[in-house]
Amino acid sequence: MNPELEILLIAVVTAVACALVGVFLVLRRLALVSDAIAHAILPGIVVAFFLTGSLTSPLLVVAAAVTGVLSVALIEALHRTRLVAEDAATGLVFPAFFSLGVIMVSRWAGNVHLDTDSVLLGELAFAPFDRWIVAGKDLGPSALWMMSGILVLNLVLILVAAKELKLATLDPALATLLGFSPVLLHYLLMTAVSITAVGAFNAAGSILVVALMIAPPAAAFLLVERVAPMIWLSAVLAVLGAIGGYGLARWLDVSIAGSMAVMSGIIFAASFLLAPERGLLSQARRRASQKLEFSVRMLAVHLLHHEGTEREKEECGLDSLSRHLGWSDGVLRQAVGHTVHKALAFVESGVLHLTEEGRLFAEDLSVGVD
Amino acid sequence: MDLFTDWTLRVVALGSGLLGAVSGMLGSFAVLRRQSLLGDAVSHAALPGIALAFLITGTKATVPILLGAAATGWIGTVVVRLIVRRSRVPYDAALGLVLSVFFGLGLVLLTIIQKRPDAAQAGLETFLFGQAAALLRSDVVVMAIVAGGVAVILLVLWKEMKLLAFDRSFGESMGLSMGRIDSLMTVLLVLTIVLGLQMVGVVLMSAMIVAPGAAARQWSKGLGSMVILASLFGIVAGVSGAVLSSVVRGLPTGPTIVLVLSAIVGLSLLFAPQRGLVWRRVHLGRLRRRPRQEPVLMHLLALSLQHPEDPDHGHDLSVLRTMSPADVNVAMALEALAERGLAQRDSSGRWAPSELGRRDAQKTLSREGRL
Amino acid sequence: MTQAQIPAVEVEDLTVAYTGQPVLWDLDLAVPAGSRTAIVGPNGAGKSTLVKAVMGLVDPVAGAVRIFGRPGGEAGGTIAYVPQRATLEWDFPTDVLDVVTMGTYGRLGWFRRPGPAERAAAEEALEQVEMSAFAERPISQLSGGQQQRILLARALAQKAEIYMLDEPFQGVDAPTERSIVRVLDDLAALGKTVVVVHHDLQTVVEYFNHVVLLNVRIIGAGPVETTFSEENLRLTFGGRLGVLASRAAQEF
Repeated sequence: MNPELEILLIAVVTAVACALVGVFLVLRRLALVSDAIAHAILPGIVVAFFLTGSLTSPLLVVAAAVTGVLSVALIEALHRTRLVAEDAATGLVFPAFFSLGVIMVSRWAGNVHLDTDSVLLGELAFAPFDRWIVAGKDLGPSALWMMSGILVLNLVLILVAAKELKLATLDPALATLLGFSPVLLHYLLMTAVSITAVGAFNAAGSILVVALMIAPPAAAFLLVERVAPMIWLSAVLAVLGAIGGYGLARWLDVSIAGSMAVMSGIIFAASFLLAPERGLLSQARRRASQKLEFSVRMLAVHLLHHEGTEREKEECGLDSLSRHLGWSDGVLRQAVGHTVHKALAFVESGVLHLTEEGRLFAEDLSVGVD
Repeated sequence: MDLFTDWTLRVVALGSGLLGAVSGMLGSFAVLRRQSLLGDAVSHAALPGIALAFLITGTKATVPILLGAAATGWIGTVVVRLIVRRSRVPYDAALGLVLSVFFGLGLVLLTIIQKRPDAAQAGLETFLFGQAAALLRSDVVVMAIVAGGVAVILLVLWKEMKLLAFDRSFGESMGLSMGRIDSLMTVLLVLTIVLGLQMVGVVLMSAMIVAPGAAARQWSKGLGSMVILASLFGIVAGVSGAVLSSVVRGLPTGPTIVLVLSAIVGLSLLFAPQRGLVWRRVHLGRLRRRPRQEPVLMHLLALSLQHPEDPDHGHDLSVLRTMSPADVNVAMALEALAERGLAQRDSSGRWAPSELGRRDAQKTLSREGRL
Repeated sequence: MTQAQIPAVEVEDLTVAYTGQPVLWDLDLAVPAGSRTAIVGPNGAGKSTLVKAVMGLVDPVAGAVRIFGRPGGEAGGTIAYVPQRATLEWDFPTDVLDVVTMGTYGRLGWFRRPGPAERAAAEEALEQVEMSAFAERPISQLSGGQQQRILLARALAQKAEIYMLDEPFQGVDAPTERSIVRVLDDLAALGKTVVVVHHDLQTVVEYFNHVVLLNVRIIGAGPVETTFSEENLRLTFGGRLGVLASRAAQEF
């Protein structure tokens, strides 16, 4: 395999692994836990790195998982004291862990290859140099093997526990009643996030992991309604983001991880703007058409309301209507035109009256509202 | 090296002290308003601005770089608000998105800069971790101006800021435009974060915002004392971090400041009076022992007041039992009271308060305003 | 026209919608000056939204609010607001007197700081809700009822003509309820107007003389004796009206 293909493969596998766990982070409002974990695992990684001298050793994964879960437990313990809010607890714990890691690196790692820039930024371009060699046989880049293993783990977690995770997300009380502990599931997820973060460390660094975990699920969240399709769509978007990001990086000759994050952002932005139901554009279009429909309905209800009252002339007069409804003349003219056109109302000596059909329409609306 | 003779150290210590002061002041409000992690998003979102400013001006001059950083940092807050308002993506995910995608963009721009022949770019990456040692006197002057400005604005708009943090819609209902105050607050926060980037870096700047406020909250009863204490904590952490990192080899300034802050937070959470965990434990223990006796003593007094002619008139244990909630061990409470000389048992095993007990109980009653 | 004939709060053709869904449909409403008015209706009827719209905290799709005949936006000092207790952050570093003093901020306007006069007003307001002993108590150490009373005191410190209270009796203890009722009596005696979002149908007759029955639309509004009828309650609450209301209605 040539190195470029290897890099692309690592990028794709990393992105998918991240997106899979990210779905539940987004749904459970734990998005920033990805940020916290990605930073907090640094001391664990440093210690394991000193012990093994390798950035792709399985021990690294274990150490990272332990540190990540520890940091989450600490955040929750802090929050439970009710002395600090949850966001503040997060903002207190991960910088402390990270600082500890940075100090360990700068004090003891001077002459080995673990510098703090690569921790933050990751460098995918170097990944193919670290090969997995068994009995003299080159099996490919270690990072690819490691990330694939993590991807499989995440897949298994999702296939086995998606139903439980979904339930624990939507209704923790019911989940407890049915016998699966939301706490256990929570820490299972946190372990998966920690392991994924350490795997993605090489490829993306601790900050861009957040983009890979959050952006595809957030984009999918605006495109589909149910959890299962959201999982698979997130994976597909992650693949697109990885390939697109890699292409962008090759084209501009810039950081691969950075352009993967940018591409994920572009995918989210596209979904934010263009999603068929929830996108900004369709919201605007819907609002424009709703506005007219809404004002017609409001006008009808207003007319019904004042029908036959002594103030009807004043309330429903064409000249005074805009003042009573607080509408501009343009909006009013459009609404009146539409109402008359649909034969819901007619004008008689400057006063707007409901037709029989208009009365039924308005009565129906008034009753229908609850 | 010595704080009073070493010129560089003095500049660095002054700079990080000022940064600590101003982020403590503004961070107090961020913590109270549940915006602790907004600072994290802003500091990451500032990176593309730094790179863009360099690409456009071609210099590393402080002012354009800071302006660029502030611009994209502020855009980041706007994008977060837009996403939350116009989609169902929750606040935390919006923060994470902005934080990481903006940072990615910054990284892309930085790698573009690296390829340019004008090698002046070397310093830009120091924004990742900050480089307090590279601080110039002019930087400290800028920081002093910002810190002073923030302090003055807080003084002048104190009641408006307090209202914004405590009950925004009530302020709105009185016709005070809270939106304007909110925008001002955001601008100040962005400015502070941007200034801090060159000292402690992108990742750790959020701790500068959160930690002093979170620690100060534990000690203070009022917003004023919280803000002052937070800025003091910030100063202590800033200065001692700077000094420590210059004395001990291999201690980078930013992380050292953050660890000092973390220690302050830890001590506050444990030992602050009223709120601290240790204080609460001790107090709870005392409470658990005391109220079992005190209400029983009150009941004894109430019973004895029914017999003004015979204050030593005794009452059965069963009477006292019916007066207390089921979970109070009345017999044990009476024994304990007797041990303290507050109650006495007569020959037929009936209970009455002692003279001392009566005085004690009446003191308690008048203290609580019940007599 | 005398002052008494101008309604304290007048709502005309008011429609409020959240994301296209109407929460209040074309309301017309006049709250007589000096009345004690209850707003009653099922959950989701738009009671709080009506109060917020009167306070100018939500923008209506259509219609207008007038306070003593003047546009709502100019009402500033004449109308005071007591929000729902649960919407506030009570772990905030401040004491009771400070919160009550916030009621004077609107009068002070921008930049000016509260002085002795404002402090006196706040102390007087605390006295009215029988919380003077708690002036220096941190607000994080208050019970629900005490929280409610200091929010009421804060509104009193505004020295307004109209008081809008959103669910002040929600989950408070008996002494607090009595204290609030006493304050409402005092306000009524001074000729102030009080509008209360109220959920306890059993006490409507006892506490109020005017009632607004709301369920997205106005079902009925007027004096309690004529408007608070079983028929109107049934229309307001639909099938969801349980034992409570029929018992309340039996009082007639």
